[in-house]
Amino acid sequence: MQIETTINGKKITLEVANDELLSDALRTKGYLSIRQGCDTSCCGLCTVWIDGKPTLSCSTLAFRVKGKQITTIEGVQPQAEEFAQVLVAEGAEQCGFCSPGFIMTVLAMKHELKNPTEQEIIHYLTGNLCRCTGYMGQLRAIKKYLGGA
Amino acid sequence: MFTIEHVLQPETLEEAYQALHANISNTVLGGCAFLRLGSKKIGTAIDLSELKLDYIVEQGKEIKIGAMTTFRTIETHPTFHQLFNGVLPKSVTNIIGVQFRNVVTVGATVYSKYGFSDLLTALLALDTEVELYKGGRLPLEEFLQKSFPKDILTQLFIQKNARKASYQSMRNSLSDYPILTIAVSELNQSWRIVVGARPLRAQLAAQASEALSNSKLTIEDIEQAASLAVEELSFGSNIRGSAEYRKAMCKVLVKRGIMEVLQCK
Repeated sequence: MQIETTINGKKITLEVANDELLSDALRTKGYLSIRQGCDTSCCGLCTVWIDGKPTLSCSTLAFRVKGKQITTIEGVQPQAEEFAQVLVAEGAEQCGFCSPGFIMTVLAMKHELKNPTEQEIIHYLTGNLCRCTGYMGQLRAIKKYLGGA
Repeated sequence: MFTIEHVLQPETLEEAYQALHANISNTVLGGCAFLRLGSKKIGTAIDLSELKLDYIVEQGKEIKIGAMTTFRTIETHPTFHQLFNGVLPKSVTNIIGVQFRNVVTVGATVYSKYGFSDLLTALLALDTEVELYKGGRLPLEEFLQKSFPKDILTQLFIQKNARKASYQSMRNSLSDYPILTIAVSELNQSWRIVVGARPLRAQLAAQASEALSNSKLTIEDIEQAASLAVEELSFGSNIRGSAEYRKAMCKVLVKRGIMEVLQCK
């Protein structure tokens, strides 16, 4: 079926199968930042924003984003780069496979939580399991990025 | 992965209901997070997104929760942090991650009567009713105990009262499926002890609840109620834990839940 949706501010018509998942539809359309690290809705790598909310694109049927605003990391390049610089400075750069999903969650958290505590940061990021450089370096980077360091 | 032959986005509940009954393989979609783990072959997938069932509304002495409301909305809604000592947000807050909770819906977990459902355990400890499109309004407890013809769950009703509540769960790791879930609540000296993920679905421990309600709430009374809950409910084994382990944990968590409710203001 054909659906009209908005991806990174651009109105797009997508041709999707009835049972196609959003992650697959986005990759087919060229948004290769979307990755899948598990097959059980647990790893968080496929995180995109749907109407501003961080969402698992691997568990969302593509036809359901009709009329919605999708944001991938390609749509928030300046903010993603800014955070990536802080990550690198803290020695928490990763192999890169899971970074888009992780960064999308961090940016969503910045929008959603005001002055989060360390516990709130950890809780918000629980759904991003893949962290090859370790959790502590990332936590330092996030605190610095949010201005809490 | 499941397959879908046709998609229907009905504009009325009647249309959805007719489609549901048109073929045995037709299925109402919730968030689809659990559905995608299986290989169900769906004839017509009925998507309720157009029916505006995503809401939490306070109306008089009750709160209405639409079937398409997500777990994240329950978790962040200010009303639920004020009521019942935050038992509903507490029950969903450790389910996988924020991104997952923005997908999964209240209607799907309740209608499917999932055994592992944290939310179902907490809801059963409150004064909760479900509304089925054709079946009408009935207590959640009755809905969970009986079988009903295929229907569409439209909303939940929760009595907005002074019930105090506690939620406890046991997990191998923080965001994993629970090994056992417990919700305990009290209103006017009437207690409810609910145990879920046994791994069977959440159930009220009726004898334990009654014994506790009629007791003086001494430490012996509390321990006896916890033991009664273990005796009257059935427990099973699965990949996450044995029946024996669940029984042992049940006693501990029920006691912990009661003690916490006693501390609640």
